[in-house]
Parts: sequence; structure tokens; C-alpha cells
Amino acid sequence: MDALLAQVFTGISAGAVLLLIALGLTLTFGQMGVINMAHGEFIMAGAYTAYVVSTIVASTELSLLIALPVGFVIGGLLGLALEASVLRWMYARPLDTLLVTYGVGLILQQVARDIFGAPAKEVPAPGWLDGSIPILGYDFPLTRLFIIVLAGLCVAALLAVLRFTALGRQIRATVGNRDLAETIGISTRRTDRATFFIGSGLAGVAGVALTLLGSTGPNLGTSYIVQAFLVVVVGGIGHLKGTIVAALGIGLLQAFLAHALTGSVAQVIVFLAIVAFLQLRPQGILSVRTRSLA
Amino acid sequence: MRTKFSSRLLAASSVLALGMTATACGGAKTGDTATSESCVDTSGDTIKIGFLNSLSGTMAISETTVFKSLSMAAEEINADGGVLGKKLEIVSEDGQSEPTVFAEKATKLIQDDCVAAVFGGWTSSSRKAMLPVFEGNDALLFYPVQYEGLESSHNIFYTGATTNQQIIPALDFLKQEKKIESIFLVGSDYVFPRTANKIIKQYAAANGIEVLGEEYQPLGSTDFGTVVDKVKAAGADAVFNTLNGDSNVAFFKEYKGKGLTASAMPVLSVSIAEEEVPGVGVGNLEGQYTAWNYYQTIDSPANQKFVTDFKAANGAKAVTSDPMEAAYTSLHLWKGMVEKADSFEVEDVIDASDGVTYDAPEGTVEVDGENHHIAKTALIGQVNSEGLIDTVWSSDKPIEPDPYLKSYDWWKN
Repeated sequence: MDALLAQVFTGISAGAVLLLIALGLTLTFGQMGVINMAHGEFIMAGAYTAYVVSTIVASTELSLLIALPVGFVIGGLLGLALEASVLRWMYARPLDTLLVTYGVGLILQQVARDIFGAPAKEVPAPGWLDGSIPILGYDFPLTRLFIIVLAGLCVAALLAVLRFTALGRQIRATVGNRDLAETIGISTRRTDRATFFIGSGLAGVAGVALTLLGSTGPNLGTSYIVQAFLVVVVGGIGHLKGTIVAALGIGLLQAFLAHALTGSVAQVIVFLAIVAFLQLRPQGILSVRTRSLA
Repeated sequence: MRTKFSSRLLAASSVLALGMTATACGGAKTGDTATSESCVDTSGDTIKIGFLNSLSGTMAISETTVFKSLSMAAEEINADGGVLGKKLEIVSEDGQSEPTVFAEKATKLIQDDCVAAVFGGWTSSSRKAMLPVFEGNDALLFYPVQYEGLESSHNIFYTGATTNQQIIPALDFLKQEKKIESIFLVGSDYVFPRTANKIIKQYAAANGIEVLGEEYQPLGSTDFGTVVDKVKAAGADAVFNTLNGDSNVAFFKEYKGKGLTASAMPVLSVSIAEEEVPGVGVGNLEGQYTAWNYYQTIDSPANQKFVTDFKAANGAKAVTSDPMEAAYTSLHLWKGMVEKADSFEVEDVIDASDGVTYDAPEGTVEVDGENHHIAKTALIGQVNSEGLIDTVWSSDKPIEPDPYLKSYDWWKN
């Protein structure tokens, strides 16, 4: 029972990480259909933002909380720059986008290496996230709990923006039918930029949060980008709820398999399960009709 | 340079006397003692050597430091008059963290640049990829990193530890000093941890230590929730950690987050050196153990000079680590071999290698001419609050290299 409970918690927290890294991608890939391979590097930029903030803000207790909004803005601005300089010319050419953004990702990695050096940086965790709290007899690390809460807040905020704000309605209208949205006076260019800003900003937030779990180095993004795309594809392209279900599902599956077998074998089986699942249901868990790739 | 070469050849009669393969690249052999189509130019007042390290890609974090210490050794040797009166001329290539690139660049260094020896490589896969290149061209590689043993190439000198100079002493330490009765194995999923754990399990079986678990995560994995749950549930006396790279960060953060401590369940790591400690976080590592043959804190004149010089060249914050020291030592050992052979010719250098010693920062090391490894003293260290590593246990004297573990009767490959 204890082992079972431990794996449920571990699975949920792994799922929350997947959700955080994939959330921004549900907007840029899911909603806009842009295959942005540099999304991982936006995550990395968020992590380095946390590092820079921690060197400027003396209080380690506060630096993480300050880094979260700053990371959002940095990630968002990088996204805006990418959109304005490159992607806006390539909306109809997904394969070119893939290659170009991959290249941009490599450039960003090298820039990070030049600025911060190749060795990983440590971002000190605030004292109030030190240690663990017992939940049903399981010592739950506070950092993991924080990430679950943060993922929940990000999802709630994103849902609120999409549902209750003018911008959200414009995004949904543009995704649903771009031509029709234009005829009723929505500036789809502006909407594209805003969507990309939010999606990339969420990558920045994920990066800040990931400093609690792993190292902050130039290659941070590459280890997460494939998982992020997997979650979005399994969840159903363009469907936020599907992404949530997929992230938690993959997290739990991975946790239980890793417990029963070993980490490496678990990863292989998870990949096989995803391939098999997509054979049965190519559109993912949930799906909506969009102007995306499919 | 190769066209000038034949005219210089006549003048360089001393070179012929040494039995060098005095030909240009791809040219016909001259001299009966030539054993390969080496094109090394020994006629001038410089001699070329190659540095082959990953200066980009995922391994750049580690290999850049090796490149820096190799460069420092070369500068030292040049300031001291060079090797056999010839200044070293460095040809540096980037292995790009890709084994195939290592093989290509090694071929280039040997065949196009005509270097006398190559220094570098880090991952076992890069070494395995380069091995046929060096054997096929009868060239020399100096490999500076501790590795999984079970290899001994005629054309490679291994200046890092083999398993009986690092892993087995680490187990001796855990058994004799920490009195452990059970152990948990955590590693990245590739050749080094798998081989290391095979050795550990046989050692444990022969010494009455119970192995309570063996977990592998894919290289680069940062998800250690489940692994640490298993470690905690198993409750072993110690954890033997063969994780590599970024995985260590995630592992130790998770370890501390789940309330596990160095005093209750110490972790002994074989891939965390001074360079990696800041990335993992001193707070996450303090009190944990490492197994190496060199630490920056070693108190000896040779090491003080090494550390001072390295900081002078690379900034006060720069730290020195075992692979860097082994690389630095490898260049000095090659110099010793060449001077003993009085020749840059590969076979002469190999013939002269046995018994060559160097007063390295880690202490005096000696080359074993038979298996091409070097005798090294094993040191168990403990991470201190400044992020450096203090020696807490030592094998007291250099351990003879035994890459195939022939002298351990419990070992069955």
C-alpha cells in the first residue's frame, strides 16, 4: 500500500512536470500549429533567468517567486522575437519551421554556453521548500508539491485567459477559423503574437520551476523537448484538457513501470505504449478541428 | 610543409639514425626499421601533438577543463625547453561529444596533421570509437579518464583509474571503515555503470555485503522520484552512485528532498569531482563520499604548483579535478617516455614506456608497460562545506593497475 501510494504521488509530480513543460506547447504547437523546436531552449532561458535573479536578489526566500514572472516575460519576449523575425514567414511551411527552430535552439544553447559557461549552475532553493511534509505517511518533497501547485495555477490561469478575456476569445476564434476571425475585425497577426508570447512565456515559467529538480545548463531544454511534444500529441493537438490528462497519465504510467521494472525499461515501454496508442487513436485523447498540421 | 619535408630530410641525419619513418604522408617508406606509414615531421624544431576534446555538445562541460589542463602542461613543457629539444605545437580538434566525430578527427590528426601523439577522449564510447583508428594507424592515444577497465590496447595509454584503482578501493572503504552490510546501486544506463555494478555485485557476494537494489536511469534522465523512493524503502547502509552528468543533480536534489542524509545513508559517487559539485549544489552534496585518485585539496608541492598555475591561467574560481590532473600527467608521461626512448617513433615510445614515472600532483605515478595503465593511489574523499573534497581514506600506496581484475579470485567476467 505504501509503495502504491508513493508511486501515485511520484507519478502525479512527474505528470505535473510534464504538464508544465507541455503547457506552452499546447498553445504554440497545439493551437497555432507551429513546430517550435526552440521551445526547450525557452525553458532553458527560464532556468537561467532563475539563476540570474538568484544572483541579484539577495534573499533566496524570495528569488524564486520573483523569478517566476520574470521568467514568463523573458520566455515570452524570446518567443515574440522568434515569431516576428522568423516564424511569421513560415506559417504555411511546418517542415521548414521545424528545421529553422531547431537551428535557433542550437544558437540559443551556444549563447547560453558563452554567457554562463558550460558547467551547470546551481540555483539555490528557498528555505521554505527545504525538506518534505508527510502526506498519508509518505514524505512528499516540498519542491515537488510546489511544482504540482504551480502547474495547477498555470493551467487555471491559461484556462481563465482563454475563456474569460477578449484576448482568449480572439485566440480561440483565430484558431477555429482564421478567415472568419479576420472578417469580424480581429487582427490575427496581433493574436498570433500574443498566443506565441503566452506559450513561450509558459516555457519560461517551466524553466524556473525545473531549477528545483535538476541542473541549470545549456542542454536543459533538449532533455525535455521530446517529452513535451509527446504529451501534446498524445493529449490531442490543440486540446488543453487532453494535455492535462496525457501529462498525468504518462507520469503515472512511467512511475509505476519504473517501480515495477527499471527506469530504462519503463521509458521504453512508455514510448511503445504511446506508439501503440497513437496507432489506435491518431488524433490523441481529445481532439478539435484546427488549422494545425493534421 | 610536406613538400619542404624531403629536402630537409637529407640534413636531418639524426632523424634517420633514430629509425623514424621519414616519409611524407602517403609517401613510400624509407628505412628498414619503419613499422608504419607515420608521417610525423621530426626535422624541425617543433613537434606536433594533437588534443582531441569535446569543446561543444553535452560533454563540453567536462572535456573543456581537460583541454585547459592539457594546454597548461604543453605550455609548461615548452617553457622548460620542449621534448628532445623540440617545442610542442598543438593541433586541437573538437570531438563534439560524438564518438563518430572523435574517430574522424583522430584520423585527421594522425594522417593529415601527422601528430606524434593524441591526448583526449572522455566517454568510453569515444574511446571505443577511436581505438581501431589508433591501432590501424599504429598511432598513440593518451586517455585521461577513469573508466570501466577490461581493455588494454597496444596503442592507448590509460592515465585515469581502472576499476581496481577506484571502484574496488571504494568498496574496501565502505566495508572496512563504514562497516556496511548492505548496499544499493544507482547508475546511468550505459557501459560504465553496468560494468562497475557487475564488479560491485561480485565483490559484495564475496564479502558478505547484501545488494538491496540496482537501478538504472537513461543517460541525462532527471526524473529520480521513483528511484529515490526505492532507495529509501530498501534502507541500505550505503548507496553506490555511478550516475553521470546532469542526472546527479536531479538525484541528489530528490535525495535531500525525501529527507535522506549523508550520515544516515551515505552516497559514494565515482563521477562527481570538484568541477561538478557547484552544479549539484554544495548543500545537496556536503558530507557525501567520492572515489578518485586526485583532489584539489591534496597537500603536496607538486599539487600546490598545479592548482596555483591553473588558477592563474583560468581565474581564481577555477577548480582542478581528477580527469584534468590525469590529462596533465599524461602529457608529462609521454614526454618521459619519448625522452627515455630518445625517439618520437610510436613503437620506440611504447617500448620505453615501462617504468616511466612522473611526480604528478596526485603523487608519483608509474607506467605499466604491459597493460599501458599507470599505478595510482586510491583516495576516498568527502565533500566539504566549500564544495571541495577532503581526503578521508587512502590506499596509502599506489595500486598496480589490473584492468582485467586477474588478481581478484572472486572476479568472473
